[in-house]
Amino acid sequence: MLYTLSVLVDDKPGVLDRVAAVFRRRKFNIESLTVGHTDHVGLSRMTIVVDGEEQDVERITHYLYKLVNVIFVENLTVRPMVSRDLAMVKVNASPEKRAEILNMVNVFRAHVVDITPTAMIAEITGDSEKIESFVEVLKPMGIIEMVRTGAVAMARGDEPMFTNGNGHKN
Amino acid sequence: MKRTGAEIVWECLLREGVDTVFGYPGGASLPIYDAMKNFDIHHVLGRHEQGLTHMADGYARATGRVGVAMATSGPGATNMVTGIATAYMDSSPIVCITGQVASQYVGFDAFQETDVTGVTQPITKHNYLVTRAEEIMPTIRKAFYIARSGRPGPVLVDICKDAQQHSIDWEYDDTPIAFRGYRPDLRPATEKIKQAAEMINQAKRPVILAGRGVLMSGGTELLRRFAEKAQVPVGLTLLGIGAMPASHPLTMGMMGMHGESWVNEAIQEADLLLAFGMRFDDRVTGTVDTYARDAKKLHIDIDPSELNKNVPVDLGLVGDLKEILEQVEPLVKPADHEEWVDHIWCKRKESGIRDIQNLPDSGHLYAPHVINDLWRFTEGEALVVSDVGQHQMWTAQYYRHDLPMRFITSGGLGTMGFGLPAGIGAKIGCPECNVWVIAGDGGFQMTQAELSTAAQEGVKVNVAIMNNGFLGMVRQWQEFFYDKNYAATPMRSPDFIKIAEAHGLTGLRVTERSQVEAAIKQAHETEGAVVIDFRVEQEDSVYPMVPSGVPLDKMIRRPSPIVETARDR
Repeated sequence: MLYTLSVLVDDKPGVLDRVAAVFRRRKFNIESLTVGHTDHVGLSRMTIVVDGEEQDVERITHYLYKLVNVIFVENLTVRPMVSRDLAMVKVNASPEKRAEILNMVNVFRAHVVDITPTAMIAEITGDSEKIESFVEVLKPMGIIEMVRTGAVAMARGDEPMFTNGNGHKN
Repeated sequence: MKRTGAEIVWECLLREGVDTVFGYPGGASLPIYDAMKNFDIHHVLGRHEQGLTHMADGYARATGRVGVAMATSGPGATNMVTGIATAYMDSSPIVCITGQVASQYVGFDAFQETDVTGVTQPITKHNYLVTRAEEIMPTIRKAFYIARSGRPGPVLVDICKDAQQHSIDWEYDDTPIAFRGYRPDLRPATEKIKQAAEMINQAKRPVILAGRGVLMSGGTELLRRFAEKAQVPVGLTLLGIGAMPASHPLTMGMMGMHGESWVNEAIQEADLLLAFGMRFDDRVTGTVDTYARDAKKLHIDIDPSELNKNVPVDLGLVGDLKEILEQVEPLVKPADHEEWVDHIWCKRKESGIRDIQNLPDSGHLYAPHVINDLWRFTEGEALVVSDVGQHQMWTAQYYRHDLPMRFITSGGLGTMGFGLPAGIGAKIGCPECNVWVIAGDGGFQMTQAELSTAAQEGVKVNVAIMNNGFLGMVRQWQEFFYDKNYAATPMRSPDFIKIAEAHGLTGLRVTERSQVEAAIKQAHETEGAVVIDFRVEQEDSVYPMVPSGVPLDKMIRRPSPIVETARDR
């Protein structure tokens, strides 16, 4: 099963390496990992999607907390959450195909962000299922290349993940 | 005031209470060494950086304080890796300071440059690369704090040469250290304390499994009181030796692969295991599927990641063991468990007839005899530092420690070569202790160069080499499980007397049991380190032994009477 973990870390060199090593050492394959700044200065937030068993994820959480640079870990899988992924897909777009592609872009509420005489880049945001369906329908047009950010996720509701720098759950 | 980075390093070490640094200088740490003369810290020059880290580790384990090792960049730092991994596995607080090439060369494959923070990342509790003089003080302060707090462990601080050289306006800042994430001070909820007491009060056949956490939390007195009040027999892990006095009637002895048979049997028959500051290592549990099936498990450990790691537990409490026991103990009702305790004692007596100490003297010198004699002639009060292998297990079995913190051994990593340097570090940390290093002929040769350190520093350690001409533990496995195919285990050693003498030290040889007492006495009376070459039975094995894949109580027992296997020498 896929698990989504949200990990709040110090924004310092080497932290990504330490976090990734926790997964490597326990032989986990990371499905996706995103990292970026937060609204707190000096903190980054990672969204990590892994395939594993529930007890593995629990253990990984403990191991993440062993890292001095890890401030908070939350398993979003068990909570109502919103997860979003962004993809850019470059497709063959010869003049006779363009209308059809644009049609699909509209149906999926994607955007065209670049266009040339022969190709087009479509940008789409959504959960992974939506993105995968979009890619599926574009395939017959001939996909030149594609890139995905990996999931970013947060829990629904009005609670922040982390408030006062003292979030370690025992 | 103006201070160079190098001066700040020493100033910070002094502020942390450091009196000894185990080090080896080199190009990238020259500024630190240049500044050393102005600071009241004793520097011990080792012979190899592995030895230095073991010395710092031995110092830490003997004193309970943080040990400090120092090395230069590149090979100096990579040589520390084995020592750091050893300290990490056994939760020993050490701080390693390494020189690094100047910051502008980091990442350019400069001479003697290694990515040391990368190399040591999985074997340190945390590590730091310092590129500016301003960062030195906060980093060293954090390093010591991390090393000694929570579950202790090694921390490495890699300091660039230009940061050491640079002068800055500086003052010591002693504001308390705060981390946003690191939380070494977890405590269990009151509800869990009650549940724990309830479990203990209901148990009919409880057993305490005491590990190094008991010793490190300073909880030995409390453990004894607790065990006496609830009448719970205590099994010890290898690193938990000393957590309960060996002579106490409730102390069963060591558990696990080479544990005493009655301890392993008691664990398998128990209805409650009280795991105190131990981590259910595979050498302790044997096959997990068949481990203590009828027992509920209550686990108390300072590291949350240890709960449910190897063995699923019914109740887990995270926190300092002593603090938790202080809260649980008043809620535990006095009990006698007479039948259970008697049952274990009966097994112990039955098993005693197989003990090598009770077998007729065959005239051969057996390592267990030597170690048992050493225990007697040191009145059980020596600080014993073992290397790794058969002699280590015999030391655990036959040197019966009544005192805490008097047995130092590499348990988790099983590092051959640990004994001598750790013994030197322990003696420097605890000069009033009678330090005995017990090693095999193989392990001793791995770090034998540190005899030179002992000689230069005038460190009085006594080294007992159990010389059987084999890599004994591997040979034992070859005997039991590989058809006696002694591949690469016979080992020819140098003349250890001459080795000792070449260092200006005293060497002795013992070939018969009747000579043991005199040799130990002579070692005690001799100034400076003494090496005793005990020529012991070549093909003796450690019993009992739990082979892999069988339940903990299905042990290979010592054949009785002893089968003579070795050539007479």
